Amino acid sequence: MENIAWSAFDVLLIAATLSLAWASLTTEHLRRAVIFFIAFGLLLSLIWLRLKAPDVALAEAAIGAGLTGALLLAAVADHQKPINKKPDQKFSLADFVANTFLNLLFIAFAIVFGAAYTFALNEVNDSRLTDIVFQHLPGTGVTNPVTGVLLDFRAYDTMLELAVLLAAALGVMAIGKTRRDFVKPGDMERGLSQWLIPTLIILSLYLLWAGANAPGGAFQAAALLAAAGVVMRLTGYVDGGLPQGIWLRVLLVSGVGGFLLVSLIMMFAGRIYFDYPESWAGSLILLIESMATISIAATLVVAYLCGQPDTWFGGQQKENKHAD
Amino acid sequence: MINLIALCLILFGLFFFIAGSIGILRLPDIHSRLHALTKADNLGLGFLALGLILLSGDIFIAAKLLLAWLLVIASSAASAQLIAQRARRRERDVWKI
Repeated sequence: MENIAWSAFDVLLIAATLSLAWASLTTEHLRRAVIFFIAFGLLLSLIWLRLKAPDVALAEAAIGAGLTGALLLAAVADHQKPINKKPDQKFSLADFVANTFLNLLFIAFAIVFGAAYTFALNEVNDSRLTDIVFQHLPGTGVTNPVTGVLLDFRAYDTMLELAVLLAAALGVMAIGKTRRDFVKPGDMERGLSQWLIPTLIILSLYLLWAGANAPGGAFQAAALLAAAGVVMRLTGYVDGGLPQGIWLRVLLVSGVGGFLLVSLIMMFAGRIYFDYPESWAGSLILLIESMATISIAATLVVAYLCGQPDTWFGGQQKENKHAD
Repeated sequence: MINLIALCLILFGLFFFIAGSIGILRLPDIHSRLHALTKADNLGLGFLALGLILLSGDIFIAAKLLLAWLLVIASSAASAQLIAQRARRRERDVWKI
């Protein structure tokens, strides 16, 4: 009975996810495509939960659906004119062939996706990697295997990922000034933001702290912190809560910087880099994760602002255009 | 006994979700659709969370479920207001009221 219920749930989940992906790709309206994409991300995080990967599910829901959705919506708002023009009604053989090809491709993809999902749920009993991870986990100072892998076993890769994010932030800031203003926020938006922002910050701290022994960690915490920044941007704080000038740069590099600092200290202490002493490992990982959280959140907010904050140059605070 | 009460609460919550979904599909204009949608968010999720709290029997899980419900209520209330305001503005423009 329970198995049948789960199978029904799985079939519905797969069908809904694939339909949303299809709808997002084929709809004529950009805004509608983005909204389908957000819903697709939420269902995708359910799939990750189903595959027993709650860390990935949290990251997908917070970054994939939430923040990417906000980014895409803002980008659509920048291009008010529809990019997709009404297709000609005349029958064209080339279009027909292309459409048929795309449909076939999508059906093939859907079959592969469904097969992979079933395979992952039923066939995979291979616990070689899991065993190795749990065998070495006591030395890392954390009990969440995902955090242990990310911050200890493959700390070097995680540091390079943060470097990639830093490069992305530099690229965004090279665009120049931030995008134009949004619609002026009303009383309700401001009232909502007054308690939503503190709640988001507390939840972000919770996820950061919980990452040591439960699903959570730097990326998920950073997504919530960045969401607070997005809410600030939408409710009249033009700089999204980011500091100015040199302090913004400090925030952006603090993720890679924290990693490098810790590993350099370890090297001077006579160890191999990224090899933490066992009694300190938990605290060091928390320190690195805290700095990474701040820097990832700053990167995401810079991406949402789509350029340097208004007050970047000159140091003079411009008049807040949203203030009444 | 607790299981039975929890089951009833969850079924009651699901009823609101079903009603809300039917409402979105069947109701004629945006304001009444929003009305149906927010009922599903508030009451449906509320009963669902209550039933799950009874099933979990853990104070921390209960607090988390309650928090999730409160956050959904706040965001659904705010977004419903925003969508309705936007729709009214557009109606005013169209009908020149």
